[in-house]
Amino acid sequence: MRKLVRTLFAALTALAALAAAAPSSAEITININGGNIQPLPIAIPNFVGGADTAAVGQQMAGVIAGDLQRSGLFQVLDQASFVDRITDPNAVPNFQNWRAINAQALVSGGIVRAADGRLQADFRLWDVFGGTQLAGQQYFTTPENWRRIAHIIADAIYERLTGEKGYFDTRIVFVDESGPKGNRVKRLALMDQDGANVRFLTNGRDLVLTPRFSPTSQQVTYMSFGTSEPRVYLLNIESGQRTLVGNFPNMTFSPRFSPDGNSVVMSLEQDGNANIYAMPIGGAPARLTNTAAIDTSPSYSPDGSRIVFESDRGGNQQLYVMSAGGGNANRISFGNGRYGTPVWSPRGDLIAFTRQSGSGFAIGVMKPDGSGERILTEGFHNEGPTWAPNGRVIMFFRDSGGPNGGPQLWSVDLTGRNEQRVPTPNFASDPAWSPLLK
Amino acid sequence: MTTTTRIFSRRAALALGLALLAAACAKSPSELDGQLAGGAGGAGAATPGSAQDFVVNVGDRVFFDTDSTSLNTEAQTTLGRQAQWLALYPRYTVTVEGHADERGTREYNLALGARRAKAAQDFLVARGVASTRIRTISYGKERPVALCDQDSCWAQNRRAVTVLNAGG
Repeated sequence: MRKLVRTLFAALTALAALAAAAPSSAEITININGGNIQPLPIAIPNFVGGADTAAVGQQMAGVIAGDLQRSGLFQVLDQASFVDRITDPNAVPNFQNWRAINAQALVSGGIVRAADGRLQADFRLWDVFGGTQLAGQQYFTTPENWRRIAHIIADAIYERLTGEKGYFDTRIVFVDESGPKGNRVKRLALMDQDGANVRFLTNGRDLVLTPRFSPTSQQVTYMSFGTSEPRVYLLNIESGQRTLVGNFPNMTFSPRFSPDGNSVVMSLEQDGNANIYAMPIGGAPARLTNTAAIDTSPSYSPDGSRIVFESDRGGNQQLYVMSAGGGNANRISFGNGRYGTPVWSPRGDLIAFTRQSGSGFAIGVMKPDGSGERILTEGFHNEGPTWAPNGRVIMFFRDSGGPNGGPQLWSVDLTGRNEQRVPTPNFASDPAWSPLLK
Repeated sequence: MTTTTRIFSRRAALALGLALLAAACAKSPSELDGQLAGGAGGAGAATPGSAQDFVVNVGDRVFFDTDSTSLNTEAQTTLGRQAQWLALYPRYTVTVEGHADERGTREYNLALGARRAKAAQDFLVARGVASTRIRTISYGKERPVALCDQDSCWAQNRRAVTVLNAGG
């Protein structure tokens, strides 16, 4: 991923605004906190390209359209309904022709091959009824990175129109599942958040579980069974180098990075109990819980000061919050059922969890003090939430059951609306969302 | 299901070390669980002291209630037979595999499986098996043997399985 950073340049708003400014009161925005969201109609014509880039220009428009449509906040207009075309991405569009199809926003873009062989992509976002340019940017990248540029442009559009950071230029690490239910082959896999560019990180020989990204997205910590005890490892995505975390005699599991990336917090099994340890990378372990209970699924608050985890110390699985240094823990879950797999939102305001009750397995959120619990989705089996970096969308896995059934990845908005299946090549579980790529 | 197992277990106890007599019972465990003994045939072929003898005539697994690690009477009986058998065949070391059903979350089930394996290990040690002969491992909910979405299947998956290690 470092290589990408080197080859990716963004010239922020390098393009001069071509249209006169309209009164700001007329500006289009999407209120994503509203009760009833009306998706914003947006037209995304193919990016204008030459003979060697027109095909990429069409694909880029498709990726941007896919991102925005799946967010549930945009209604991407069918290109077949267009009565005008963009032929010069640098010219002011004929707004009248876009108003005619009721597009409120319009994206115009161009893609050319620069002298050094890289792709140069320009885009502008237009307020069709205000007649103004809302955003414009220029990017250079190596040809194989065109998808990332499309996601970055989609993020820019999302941010300009919602006021929130986007989440499209991100990846998902997950467990790819194949083979029969009783003897699944599980491989670590990496893909773009929209399901593209799937890449397998392990070969399936060892059972692997619960991968989680480092804050730089360059490493994954996960649990692997092998010939010895099942243990927590670090995997460098670029080099493929694998290292053991800690040197414990027993099973270690349920790892997650600290927000600064300097340590991994995880469970160590000892004499049938599981306690939580913080493992500074290359340092000595610090024991954070010391009970005769199952303490697991630790997740740091984004400021690194606290840890939410699950424990059955009170008789069954519930959520607790403690200081990052350990010590007293306060129970925060008091609803109907058992609570597990807590994950702190990147915004810090909420904790997502799996709740198991008579009505099945649900994904929900609550505030860090336990108040404001809301169930986002519920059914036979939903498990393992992970947050989009902007804290607006949660991905999880859903198993439909049945002897031939298996888990698939889904996403749902924080509002509980807009459930979307996330495409994967096989059954898939244990998703973890990366931060925005750098 | 439970009743069948219990009847079989009692018979199997009588047949300990008399493998040929166990032939009549041989079908019961394979009906219960197609995974048993790696698909080996009837117990008539089970040589005393063999892995098949252990699986078929002693019983290699015990079952647990939902979210429980307590050993019920039946589980204690089975583990008692395992301890007797391991005393007869000291060349074996074993791995106790703890498992959970699919009706739990992944991390918790790993810990629950470890607790179940530990409960079985503790019982075997209390019955005289050297703790150095017993390794434990948890597979959580990763290796179900019965695949339906009913408690009849989940009950079979909540288990601790004593696996003989190679070298016996």
